[in-house]
Amino acid sequence: MFLEGYGPQLWDGTLETIQLALLSLALAFVLGLIGAAAKLSRNPWFSVPANVYTTLIRGVPDLVLMLLLFYSFQDLLNRITDAFNQPQFDIDPFIAGVCVLGFIYGAYFTETFRGAVLAVPAGQLEAGAAYGLTGHQIFRRILFPQMMRFALPGISNNWQVILKATALVSIIGLHEVVKAAQDAITGTSSKGASHAFIFLSVAGLIYLALTSLSNLVFLLLERRYSLGVRQSEL
Amino acid sequence: MIDLIQQYWQQYLWGTAGRPTGLVVTLWLTAASLALGFILALPFAILRVSKTRWLSVPVRVYTYVFRGTPLYVQLLLIYTGMYSLDAVRGTPVLNAFFRDAMNCTVLAFMLNTAAYTTEIFAGAIKATTFGEIEAGRACGMSNYTLYRRIILPSALRRALPAYSNEVILMLHATTLAATATVPDILKVARNASSDYYLPFVAYGIAAILYLCISFTLIWLFRKAENRWLAYLRPVSTR
Repeated sequence: MFLEGYGPQLWDGTLETIQLALLSLALAFVLGLIGAAAKLSRNPWFSVPANVYTTLIRGVPDLVLMLLLFYSFQDLLNRITDAFNQPQFDIDPFIAGVCVLGFIYGAYFTETFRGAVLAVPAGQLEAGAAYGLTGHQIFRRILFPQMMRFALPGISNNWQVILKATALVSIIGLHEVVKAAQDAITGTSSKGASHAFIFLSVAGLIYLALTSLSNLVFLLLERRYSLGVRQSEL
Repeated sequence: MIDLIQQYWQQYLWGTAGRPTGLVVTLWLTAASLALGFILALPFAILRVSKTRWLSVPVRVYTYVFRGTPLYVQLLLIYTGMYSLDAVRGTPVLNAFFRDAMNCTVLAFMLNTAAYTTEIFAGAIKATTFGEIEAGRACGMSNYTLYRRIILPSALRRALPAYSNEVILMLHATTLAATATVPDILKVARNASSDYYLPFVAYGIAAILYLCISFTLIWLFRKAENRWLAYLRPVSTR
């Protein structure tokens, strides 16, 4: 039988992986914009915490952070509910996964955006101010479109890393592709022959398909954001 | 918390003489995978930039597959997947190799880091100024001499910043070894956490240890860049 009847589970796992990766990307993207703004700020009350955030998060392995944040937060929550004699409240692993991945990769996005903002010529922002644009208008019309052009390679890189990092979330008990493959392995192993190699290869191929697809999307985005950039002909 | 530290500090750092754990294992894993990956990546990078398609295409496929799938899946495939194959279990040599978690982990890490390193080195080789290569050719150098004397010394230097990134990522990736029962820092932290039910302390210590290793590596690479990339530094205006 095709995939021993575990096809639907693997498909559900794939959808879960995609949702997880996209939501984490959205969170990391927003955190990255805020972080970059804070890091570029002249006010030390903003720039120092942002520096601590990016240094600490990027210095510690994502798996360690994931376990640290997930289990400590659950532990803290248990202590609070115990103190108030409330029933134990379990964090939803999906929400936890999105928050933790978003929080971790927000630090990487912060660095990407910071570099991209610095790459926009300061004279253009000054010109915007000289035309009487408000800060918001300068951001939306001048800074953001150009910053995206510089940030796109970094964003594409971070996205691939997030997509691959979702595989780790199976360790904290989320039913994404890798977990589905592992469940399929344990489910079929009782029937004698083990299908571990096949199921894990399928999981690998699903990831390969997802990364290939996103490469394509980023190629199109790059074309969109590099409109009007003159390229030298070799 | 004090109990946990008293009970586990030795395991976090080096374990016992017969059974190393923690920091020592993490460092060994990182060093072994990086060294083996480097040895693999150098010839691969040269093949990758080759104009002969049947040399460059297989390398390209290899880096595409290994960079497009998560390391966790690769590790599972090598650790549990390979051992489920009858052909592997039936061959004594392969059976002995794939039964050992450490072997599987280092193999998976090596193949993974080699894929990324190949791309880094290939990029650096391609960025060699064509004049340097022409000059070498004009002096009558063979391809081997050209690579040994001209291309590789400058390409490896230029690859240093990107390679230092890969080294840090590899250090972070070694935490996956804990899922394959290799007793690295994270595995000790997991044991300590379940023993005392103090996840914040147990994983916090692990995080601090990894942070220290990361900072040491960054510092070492900065020194290396100051030494080997000094000629690329912008001229000081002071």
